[in-house]
Amino acid sequence: MTTKIAFILNGDRISYEIKDHWTLSHLLREEMGLIGTKEGCGNGECGACTVIVDKLAVNSCLYLAIDIDDTIVETIEGLASTDGTLHPLQQSFVDNGGIQCGFCSPGMIMSSKALLDENPDADREEIKHALAGNICRCTGYIQIFESVEAAKELAVENKGGENG
Amino acid sequence: MDNQNRELSVVGKPIPKLDAAQKAMGRAEYIQDIKLPGMLYGKILYSKFANANIIKIDTSKAKALDGVHAVLTGEDIPKKMKMGFIKDNPPIKKDRVSSFRDEVAAVAATSLDIAKKALDLIEIEYEELKGIFDPEKAMEKDSPLVHAHLKSNVLKMPWNIHYGDVEKAEKESDFVVEDRFTTTWVTHCCMGTSGAIALFDASDNLTIHTNTQIPSLAQKDFLESLKAMGLENKRVRVIKPIIGGGFGSKLDTYAYEHISILLAHKCKKPVKIVFDRVEEFTATSTRQPTVIYIKQGCDKNGKLTFRDMKMVLDNGAHTSWGATTPSVMLMPISSLYRVENVKYNAKCVYTNNTYSQAMRGYGNPQATFAIESSMDMLAEKAGIDRIEFRKINKNQSGDETPQGLKITSCGLEECIDAVKKELKFDNNNEKGVGTGIASLIHVGGGARIYGSDGCGAILKMDDYGKVDIFTGGTDMGQGLDNITAQIVAEELGLLAEDINVVHSDSDVCPWDVGAHASRSTFVAGNAALGAAKKVKKKIQEFASKILDAPAKELEFKDRNVFLPGDPEKSIPIGKLLRKAHFSPNGTMLMAENFYDPDNRNMGKELKGNMSMTYSFGAHGVKVKVDEETGKVEVLEYVAAHDVGRAINPLLLEGQVYGGVVMGLGYALTEEVMHKDGKNMNANFRDYKLFTAKDAVKIKAPVIETIDKDGPFGAKGIGEPGCVPTAPAVANAVYDAVGVRIKDLPITPEKVLAALKEKKGE
Repeated sequence: MTTKIAFILNGDRISYEIKDHWTLSHLLREEMGLIGTKEGCGNGECGACTVIVDKLAVNSCLYLAIDIDDTIVETIEGLASTDGTLHPLQQSFVDNGGIQCGFCSPGMIMSSKALLDENPDADREEIKHALAGNICRCTGYIQIFESVEAAKELAVENKGGENG
Repeated sequence: MDNQNRELSVVGKPIPKLDAAQKAMGRAEYIQDIKLPGMLYGKILYSKFANANIIKIDTSKAKALDGVHAVLTGEDIPKKMKMGFIKDNPPIKKDRVSSFRDEVAAVAATSLDIAKKALDLIEIEYEELKGIFDPEKAMEKDSPLVHAHLKSNVLKMPWNIHYGDVEKAEKESDFVVEDRFTTTWVTHCCMGTSGAIALFDASDNLTIHTNTQIPSLAQKDFLESLKAMGLENKRVRVIKPIIGGGFGSKLDTYAYEHISILLAHKCKKPVKIVFDRVEEFTATSTRQPTVIYIKQGCDKNGKLTFRDMKMVLDNGAHTSWGATTPSVMLMPISSLYRVENVKYNAKCVYTNNTYSQAMRGYGNPQATFAIESSMDMLAEKAGIDRIEFRKINKNQSGDETPQGLKITSCGLEECIDAVKKELKFDNNNEKGVGTGIASLIHVGGGARIYGSDGCGAILKMDDYGKVDIFTGGTDMGQGLDNITAQIVAEELGLLAEDINVVHSDSDVCPWDVGAHASRSTFVAGNAALGAAKKVKKKIQEFASKILDAPAKELEFKDRNVFLPGDPEKSIPIGKLLRKAHFSPNGTMLMAENFYDPDNRNMGKELKGNMSMTYSFGAHGVKVKVDEETGKVEVLEYVAAHDVGRAINPLLLEGQVYGGVVMGLGYALTEEVMHKDGKNMNANFRDYKLFTAKDAVKIKAPVIETIDKDGPFGAKGIGEPGCVPTAPAVANAVYDAVGVRIKDLPITPEKVLAALKEKKGE
């Protein structure tokens, strides 16, 4: 069975003919070539495949592609500006050692984005809670928390810059 | 002035990882992400039994399925195609399987779905045999044999050592403690699973994209496979994609790599095999489980007199590098603290369990768990403060240990003091709260496991003052690219961003033994530094003519070459290099360098200075034990390390934090559960890694001892973070509630059972 779906992906209107059994991670990675979304377990346990659907961080390996019809989808590819400027979260993960092997990083950053979009003042406990579903084997998480906290500051600075 | 003492502008700076931006943008390509034209998908079928004869295999239905290009069984494996340290393991088994992980067939198909379907269609008739799963039982005389052609399940390995006179020392000791400890299977859990893509060109030369920590040794293994396939005098090109974590898991070549080669050759198409998460848990190699008997003693002043250790290692059904971990275990056994009389005997025993391999620490975490637990027990028996006891026996610069390790730079005492300062050891009035300490020694200046411990580097400069450095070293996330770039940039007066580090392709990168033994910063770093020095000399000679200044006095900084004190005599390096190419009798600014440290292979006597220098550390931890549930909560952690010099403090912290948390998993939560050889928890729900919710506060004091042989004074630090973690936690649990847990991991069940036993319930 195939179905035609329409959605907004990283700001672009997309319509796509999909097979009904495809997962969202399959659609993104295998069909659309958006390899930034990683798949670490295929079971919703590691969070590497996290993307944002209508402001909610979801495991795209468990999310059926058919369910993104008429939604707004954000993936790691949509975060940086078109001029190449990194999103504050990306920049702070780079600057604060939040990335080692990098396989968990796109999912980690997307979970962090969903958190900060909803709660820009999230504290350490709230950050831990939001990232509880994203496994990292390299960092021990400390520099990831520091990255998210630094991104909060960076976002405030950037906003100040825009307004001023 | 030499590099150990001069003022530095790039080395020592927390420069973010050079590849972090592309990883943050989702643009880094891992093996999972690579697709080649015409590529087929391979999939492996594993045994249904831990021990069985294969009576019959019928692949006809699988072969008939649309989209299937090839099906392989043990019949298709060339006789000489074998893997592992003693070449006892064909990539697909014929006639007999000896573990659930044994490969029995493989397919290549146009899609992963078809490949999976084809596996379901392969019919195999087995005759199940009784398995043996307990290594101590497998050592008994009447035990069934895992490999019928061998006389015993005990491997022929040389791990039997006696330095000094242990019997005499024991008699003369005032205090002696003795106990048994065990450690279980744990696994690397790289977030990027294992995988390879093999393809042949028209002349049967192989290109293989593979996650490997040992590109040069893997190349040799693959060449041997080609030879076994009848393909003599062919070329093998090993391309490493970006690696999603290593931790030792990629220090051997594996069935999936050799099977992808066979399938690619048969199908004349690229074949990709990537593990799913279940395979990553069940079909990759674990850290060696051990049974450890330790006895050690001291005199009335607290000076260690002897250490006597025996170990049984569960080798599993086949032999990978796990069987050589006793060579590294020997290091803490003979040389963690000063102890003159040492005995060590280790037996690696075949069982029908999964086979083990290298994992961060390479035997050191197991040995140190027993040693440092026993150190606390001995201190208590002798009535000496546990920290004081360690300081009485500390290693010191200038020591030569019984094994022949030459201790050069040594900051062990400073590490212990740093832990003592950061963690308030005497301030534990709260019920159920306790502290623990444990130290470590690890190779920090290479480790001569093979005949060579070397690494090559090729450095070339372009017309714009930028550098390409081709290194034999491997970055798998730990940050060798940065270390290399910062060392080269420092030497040539450039910025780290001016240095492009290429470590991904055996066609252009020189030889290296591999990313193991925390050796990359020291060995690959020195290789790069040597190449940079050679190029620097060439630039100095050339600049000397242009600037009319003495070559040796020219210095390099901020992308310029200049004569100190004379502002007229200065030129941007890029401009100078263009002149080098666009002049009559032009010259190339290139250099190659091979660095092989002056360390020794231990040889048959198992004695010798295996590393050029050693890294030290001390970890302290404060825990709270819930006496109702047995749950251990880590309240604070301090991990102090003597690193020689921190080339990059940001990345160093990352190595320590990551190592400690991996060590805490080893201490408290992680265990690959096997029931009669079958993996029972092949997923992240049941294999308990620390998550963000479990993350703990860690302080990581850095002790710089500026090693005389390290690049800019640096020593290796990749593994130490996870070495003394488990005994530090076990010692803290004992301090908190008075029960000593001797079997890892320290689960609530074990703590609760021990508490009940203590209370006499």
